Amino acid sequence: MIPELGHFALIVALCIACVQAVVPLMGAQRGDPAWMALARPAAQGQFVFIAIAFGCLAWSFVSNDFSVLNVANNSNSTLPLRYRFAATWGSHEGSLLLWVFMLALWMTAVSVFSRHLPAPMVARILSVMAVVSVGFLLFLLFTSNPFERLLPPAADGRDLNPLLQDPGMVVHPPMLYMGYVGFSVAFAFAVAALIGGRLDATWARWSRPWTTMAWAFLTVGITLGSGWAYYVLGWGGWWFWDPVENASFMPWLAGTALIHSLAVTEKRGGFKIWTVLLAIIAFSLSLLGTFLVRSGVLTSVHAFATDPRRGVFILAFLAIVIGSSLALFAWRAPKVGLGGAFALVSRESALLVNNVLLLVAAAAVLLGTLYPLFLDALGLGKISVGPPYFESVFVPLMTPAVFLMGIGPLARWKQDAPLDLLVRLKWAFGVAVATAILLPLTLGRWTPLLGLGVLLAIWVIGSGFVNLRERLVQVRAATGPGVRALPQLPRGYWGMLLAHFGVGVFILGVTLVRGYEVEKDVRMNIGDTVATGGYQFRLDGLSEVKGPNYEATRGVFSVTRGTRTVATLNPEKRLYTVQQMPMTIAAIDTGLTRDLYLSLGEPLPGGAWVVRVYHKPFVDWIWGGAFLMALGGVIALTDRRYRLARRERAPGAEPVAAAAAQGTR
Amino acid sequence: MKSLRFILPLLVFAVLLLFLWTGLSLKPHEIPSPLIDKPAPTFELARLDDPTKTVSERQLHGQVWLLNVWASWCVSCMQEHPVLVELAKTGVVPIYGLDYKDKRADALAWLGKHGNPYTVSISDPEGRVGIDYGVYGVPETYVIDRAGVIRYKQIGPVTPELLSEAILPLVRKLQAS
Repeated sequence: MIPELGHFALIVALCIACVQAVVPLMGAQRGDPAWMALARPAAQGQFVFIAIAFGCLAWSFVSNDFSVLNVANNSNSTLPLRYRFAATWGSHEGSLLLWVFMLALWMTAVSVFSRHLPAPMVARILSVMAVVSVGFLLFLLFTSNPFERLLPPAADGRDLNPLLQDPGMVVHPPMLYMGYVGFSVAFAFAVAALIGGRLDATWARWSRPWTTMAWAFLTVGITLGSGWAYYVLGWGGWWFWDPVENASFMPWLAGTALIHSLAVTEKRGGFKIWTVLLAIIAFSLSLLGTFLVRSGVLTSVHAFATDPRRGVFILAFLAIVIGSSLALFAWRAPKVGLGGAFALVSRESALLVNNVLLLVAAAAVLLGTLYPLFLDALGLGKISVGPPYFESVFVPLMTPAVFLMGIGPLARWKQDAPLDLLVRLKWAFGVAVATAILLPLTLGRWTPLLGLGVLLAIWVIGSGFVNLRERLVQVRAATGPGVRALPQLPRGYWGMLLAHFGVGVFILGVTLVRGYEVEKDVRMNIGDTVATGGYQFRLDGLSEVKGPNYEATRGVFSVTRGTRTVATLNPEKRLYTVQQMPMTIAAIDTGLTRDLYLSLGEPLPGGAWVVRVYHKPFVDWIWGGAFLMALGGVIALTDRRYRLARRERAPGAEPVAAAAAQGTR
Repeated sequence: MKSLRFILPLLVFAVLLLFLWTGLSLKPHEIPSPLIDKPAPTFELARLDDPTKTVSERQLHGQVWLLNVWASWCVSCMQEHPVLVELAKTGVVPIYGLDYKDKRADALAWLGKHGNPYTVSISDPEGRVGIDYGVYGVPETYVIDRAGVIRYKQIGPVTPELLSEAILPLVRKLQAS
């Protein structure tokens, strides 16, 4: 009964979505307030029904209802409760349901936090989002029904893929999807603005917090996924340029470009066409990512079971949504007009160049991901594109981008003096060069790439401090003595600074771990000791462990440094009994300056094991840096001007809010 | 001319769509190999562990064997590797590895790290033999019978289900005949 209820709720949601996609939009075109007013309750109603459907599926998983095909395929009665719940989105059908659920959540958020927007705008935005929702609901109902029954029911389920039985996997998909789907808001804003013909600074200020929020979620989602790969795949890597990773990375790059472009549109009224295009591209790449993962055109570690009908459906949907929005762009954008002019050396041009670099990077990732497909389609042979391509493309693209990150925030809008900029940044540059030479040398080895990595990282952080100092001096000059300057700086500024520091921390982590990680594969028997990176690892014992749905061999290792015991590590080699799938569970001792990473390889005759020992300096800075970026986004969201804009709803208040925003910059 | 600029994104997208559309009909997992039930293409390649010795497919006649195409750069190979290692332990069927477009040092290090399920690995650094076999994407696995005829081809990682439901039953049948 519960699964049918869920199925029915999805159908109701589809009906509401159809109405919401048409009526408010027509209302906005005809100027009919009643039709426009339908948008909000429709969005909220859709949310309620999709939430019911989601709840029904979760209930089926939690209560082990193996008469539901999806549950029988992806769960098992021995699976612990938290993974049974997470299994709700562990399958193709379930993850799509999560997708529409997130979309409904964003729609509801827009319907609640849009009181200050003009009614036609809200109506158009929610209609555009409903179009996306209709597409995905149809896809769910016709090709991927999560509630399909299995009669007679299975005695027990086939279990969730052991790779997904991990706490990180419980949170990673919802975060990632919040980000992916969140770009639909920016997209809807852009399309609504194109339809309505209103593309100005106010429009940018409205869509900016939504975009930043989606971007922050996506950042967290990708970071969690990378962390998961690091400790679950058991071989210590953190990014593999796998097609599915790329699918989430492309919208991130486009989204990063978009939030910077939005800043220019909001502050200076420039880059309008560019911003609209980026908003369309960011969401298009999210949709394309969904297509790549769901259709099976590319093979990947994440590949779910595929069905050719699904590929055709999503492709048709992509063609309609992206095609029509780009056609709308081609039709309306020429009438938008240009923003203010700016000189070659100005904050605008720094941001523009950065934007282009980010977009080129996204295109390079897209090319690398699809290249095997292109060649194959043209009959030119079959190849695989691996990390060497991506790395050799990425470093030269990101080097100037990161260099500009140091200059951009310091440059004045419209025009700045190049010489003056150089003088202001000389200390940051000097410190960066000195560190780039000295730090690798003190750590034992200097290579050009190591030097470059450290240089860029310190450059970003150092120029951030120069920027902060200058701002404080400005604030003091404006307020006079006796006023504490730090609290005067707006949150948007702090967010930017923090996110940029995050990039520096990230680069430092990547550089140091690549340059100085030590990895050893050794044969160990009980009582053996291996030394790596100044630590001694001793295998104290091995034991057989029985988990709820697996059997494991667990190693007990004591880690010492000199005479001091640092940690006890327990790596496991598990065999998940239902799927007969072996899994390596690494044991990691995390530290600020290093990770000690141990995993069991293969058993050898005579009771010994192949053991992999890694000493990974600064590896956690990679994710630390990424979390700082996301935190920066969240802090920017709490900026005063968004709250002001929300409070002052009267149309007359618009210039005041704009002026306030300008003032706090 | 000026308005062409604005149509450009649409045109780029149209081209992309065209490729994705053809990509869909390619279906990398479903195309049956034209080599099924044909004699395995001949090869004579150097052993990975000892380049001075070579192995040819003729030496393998008279037994049922698996040919697994792998590479140290291949992410999906990581996924199937434990399955192959488990299979090798049972000794049911010898697995010969074709190390595809790989560097010898990388390949040996990879095997040292992740375990070596292969009776012998041969290296195909330029991928010539791979072309003869119509290697579509790494990993791939072929089942070859006593007479040297290809009887089955799997594109993509070997999973435990695939092994127990398709490959092993076929191997047993071929070994019995």
